[in-house]
Amino acid sequence: MTSVYEVWDADRAAEIIATHKHHEGPTLIILHAIQAAFGYVPEPVIPMVADALNLSRAEVHGVFTFYHDFRHEPAGRHVLKLCRAEACQAAGGDALAAHAEKKLGVTIGNTTADGRVTLEPIYCLGLCATAPSAMLDGRVVGRLDTNRLDALVSEAQR
Amino acid sequence: MTIRFYVPLDAGAIAVGADEIVLALEKAAAQRKVAIEIIRTGSRGLYWLEPMVEVATEQGRVAFGPVTTADVGSVLDAASSNGEHALRLGIADEIPWLKRQDRLTFARCGVIDPRSVDDYRAHDGYKGLDRALTLGSDGILADVKTSGLRGRGGAGFPTAIKWTTVAQTAGDQKYIVCNADEGDSGTFADRMIMEGDPFVVIEGMTIAGVAVGATKGYIYIRSEYPHAVEAMNTAIVAARKAGYLGNAIGGSKYAFDMDVRVGAGAYVCGEETSLLESLEGRRGIVRAKPPLPAHQGLFGKPTVINNVLSFAAIPFILNGGAQAYADFGMGRSRGTMPIQLAGNIKNGGLFEVAFGITLGELVDEIGGGTASGRPVRAVQVGGPLGAYFPRALFDTPFDYEAFASKDGLIGHGGIVVFDDTVDMANQARFAMEFCAIESCGKCTPCRIGSTRGVETIDKIRAGDKGAANIAVLEDLCHTMKFGSLCALGGFTPYPVMSALKHFPEDFGATPRLQAAE
Repeated sequence: MTSVYEVWDADRAAEIIATHKHHEGPTLIILHAIQAAFGYVPEPVIPMVADALNLSRAEVHGVFTFYHDFRHEPAGRHVLKLCRAEACQAAGGDALAAHAEKKLGVTIGNTTADGRVTLEPIYCLGLCATAPSAMLDGRVVGRLDTNRLDALVSEAQR
Repeated sequence: MTIRFYVPLDAGAIAVGADEIVLALEKAAAQRKVAIEIIRTGSRGLYWLEPMVEVATEQGRVAFGPVTTADVGSVLDAASSNGEHALRLGIADEIPWLKRQDRLTFARCGVIDPRSVDDYRAHDGYKGLDRALTLGSDGILADVKTSGLRGRGGAGFPTAIKWTTVAQTAGDQKYIVCNADEGDSGTFADRMIMEGDPFVVIEGMTIAGVAVGATKGYIYIRSEYPHAVEAMNTAIVAARKAGYLGNAIGGSKYAFDMDVRVGAGAYVCGEETSLLESLEGRRGIVRAKPPLPAHQGLFGKPTVINNVLSFAAIPFILNGGAQAYADFGMGRSRGTMPIQLAGNIKNGGLFEVAFGITLGELVDEIGGGTASGRPVRAVQVGGPLGAYFPRALFDTPFDYEAFASKDGLIGHGGIVVFDDTVDMANQARFAMEFCAIESCGKCTPCRIGSTRGVETIDKIRAGDKGAANIAVLEDLCHTMKFGSLCALGGFTPYPVMSALKHFPEDFGATPRLQAAE
């Protein structure tokens, strides 16, 4: 499987910025759009956004680094997010997280050595009545148990 | 004859296989050469029965659940012949768990097609706005005041006072902002209504716009809710097309339009001033108040900022329901609260009911106790910043003031149930750790206190000068509670102190063990 993301291209980034800069308070919108295109927020984008919005580089860098969503580097081919918040803890989420770490050989917050899977924490998917829950590349999964988690991990490793 | 099925497109139902059920239904129908029609709805909120499939019959909609793909063929056969089935739950509206509720805000959720303005209108949709347009500002504000509605985000501030303040504040541009940054674990009511009845949120915001003289609205939805983002975007386009957003809404002299904004994974942005900063494109750093957002909110303009559930309550109130709404509830908590039962619970879901029901009724009777079958040891009410309550407090009625008097809060109405395997010192540690991860960093008690809190709890758990460090922890919580700028640092002491107070044995203070000897 090839990456769904575009390779970095400054002209393309400039085009994305131009498309969204007319909104009120557009910084987050632009950073989201950049990440949707390239899979992360490449460093050269920061001064480009600053120029376009008449902000300092520090301000844009500050926004970029404040929010958990924005990536400094590309994620693995698949991203598996496990909910680590209270409702999922109550339903056995901690043990499942430990199981996923063991199965993938990485701790939460890291990517497997082969670059296939990034394992991340998420604090609540709003699926608290069907806990524990997870999200694989945007697809939500509830009522996780060891079997269902194993199936998800295998799918992510493919 | 075509058989009509209803299958939820709610993320909670999709997470347990609703999309697969749709595919399996289509396949089974093709094999049997039976004509079917599938309408995707929101969820009714009976999550332990999801995926719950409903079939239109002459007697009403008959529900089946929880349906797996393996059951689909036999469910289809039972639906065709109106026959019996092990998963048949009877007429959906008559299911006791649903019938016992007071569904005002969630009346349509799980019933209608959330993508159809026509279906919304066929179920009393936009009647509140139609009436609001004839009433004008003063009439709307009077109705909201009569209803006694208090902000459903957690703080419980009277909505009419907030709106009146914005209406009376001069401004060339005013804004309506909907806080859909529902980050509290154990809560999903905002998500459910956005996915299942998005027009009610749009209608509520539009009425707010007419009431205060605002022409522009934003709904700030957390990025963890992609299905809700899609549902709201689709509904906004449909509302515009139907003339309910834009210039001359509903053929009136009023203009109002709105857009969705997506957060970026910062819990603190659920705090209203932090959310406004984020909407403006900045770091989600909390603002000091005053100035209040009602005076200087988004881009410095007068702004109404309310939770999704507050706006969603408005159309019922404006459709002649102000007094009826106020007639529900107890004390100063008027109306209904969509309560969310979550975590280790047998019958988890959304239960909208008048204020006044006790915590014990909710957890034991309605929730059915734990899913694990073990005894309930603690429940956390009101999200990560809410207190842990033991069984001894289960007689507490669901009411803002009653919970406050027991050093707790109802917050956004989430209840997370834990069984007797829970380690409460670990839960207290998590509360501090979560605060440390999510602190915006502006004020010291929150930024530093949370990290020191984790360290101190670690020492207590390791048996390092237990009593002395418990005193340090209590002092730290006191500082955070009274010295923090917003509820993140200010309320993190609730779970910590309640765990310590009600479950001291988990911190090595062992009164329960002594009592057992």
